[in-house]
Amino acid sequence: MSFLPFAVAAWLFVAGLYGVVSSQNLVRTIISLTVVQSATYVLLLGIGYVNGAKAPIFADIPQVSTAVDPVVQVLVLVDIVVEATVTALLLALAVQAHKRFGSLDPHDLRALQD
Amino acid sequence: MSRGVRLALFGIAGPGLAAVLVIAFTGLPDFGAYHGIYGQVLTGIGVSVRHATDLVTALNFDIRGFDTVGEEFILFSSVVGVVLILRELRGEEEEVHQEESDEHHFAGASASLRALALGLVPSAITVGIYVVVHGQLTPGGGFQGGVILAVGPLAVFLAGRYMSMKALAPTVLVEIGESLGAAGYALVGLGGLIFVGVFFKNFIPLGIPGHILSAGQMPLASIAVGLEVSGAFLVGWTQFFDQAMIIQGGEQ
Repeated sequence: MSFLPFAVAAWLFVAGLYGVVSSQNLVRTIISLTVVQSATYVLLLGIGYVNGAKAPIFADIPQVSTAVDPVVQVLVLVDIVVEATVTALLLALAVQAHKRFGSLDPHDLRALQD
Repeated sequence: MSRGVRLALFGIAGPGLAAVLVIAFTGLPDFGAYHGIYGQVLTGIGVSVRHATDLVTALNFDIRGFDTVGEEFILFSSVVGVVLILRELRGEEEEVHQEESDEHHFAGASASLRALALGLVPSAITVGIYVVVHGQLTPGGGFQGGVILAVGPLAVFLAGRYMSMKALAPTVLVEIGESLGAAGYALVGLGGLIFVGVFFKNFIPLGIPGHILSAGQMPLASIAVGLEVSGAFLVGWTQFFDQAMIIQGGEQ
């Protein structure tokens, strides 16, 4: 089962994508999008894992220990920041869409008129 | 596009996606068999050359410190975007229902929840500061600690007192803090340019690994990022709460 973490990433991606496609509520669409993004965390951390290695924190382990790849962990940190910002912007847009159209169903959104 | 049409399109595209995933899976290396050269090199030099025991922070605030400038300004500009989208629109007005907002009916805010939430305020701020300043030693750093710091004022909101949250973290002060954090981080990089001639090259003595004042510029960069992140989250949350509690009316 050495591919299980990658399978989890793929499963999260597809499940989130289905949520986006089938959603009838913009907030649900946005939450589903965060599920899609979670797949990238699992994938990145899965790629960087080294068998038998420790976390790349040398505060209490010998300096010569094998550690998992810190580069992908930093990328996950960037990924989380981006997810937070994207979610905030989309939720703000959902708030204004609800004000304008009185509904959060993507089907009810019409072209913006001014 | 209605839900049925979307699902039908997904049904057509789904098998294609499945086929691509299956092809990708057959070519994957085994889990745990990774031998990326960058990770190995950085693991070797983290403590000896950069004097930081947490390699994730060492990468974030030193080795790829320049990339983090971009990351930081993504956060900054998205918060500006949220403020812009959630501004007061035509026909809307700010209306503070004193009795309601001061003691707003947060669903299920019982007395015990209030007591717990208020108890959380000092502990969240203490843990936040701890995580920010120990980033170069143990897991943590400005991004993680900044979010924990922002939880402090948020707990006041959870206790059912939105106006008190605004009093504890006034919007103007939070915005100034956010901007100072963003500018401070850029200034750390500029210090490298001025003192040693390269943007984001360390210019502060490295110290002894494991001590709190070690790893050169990392603690400084971490504090700047912590300030920026906690400010950004508080500005963002305040915008959403204002929408729910203060801004009234508007065109439908």
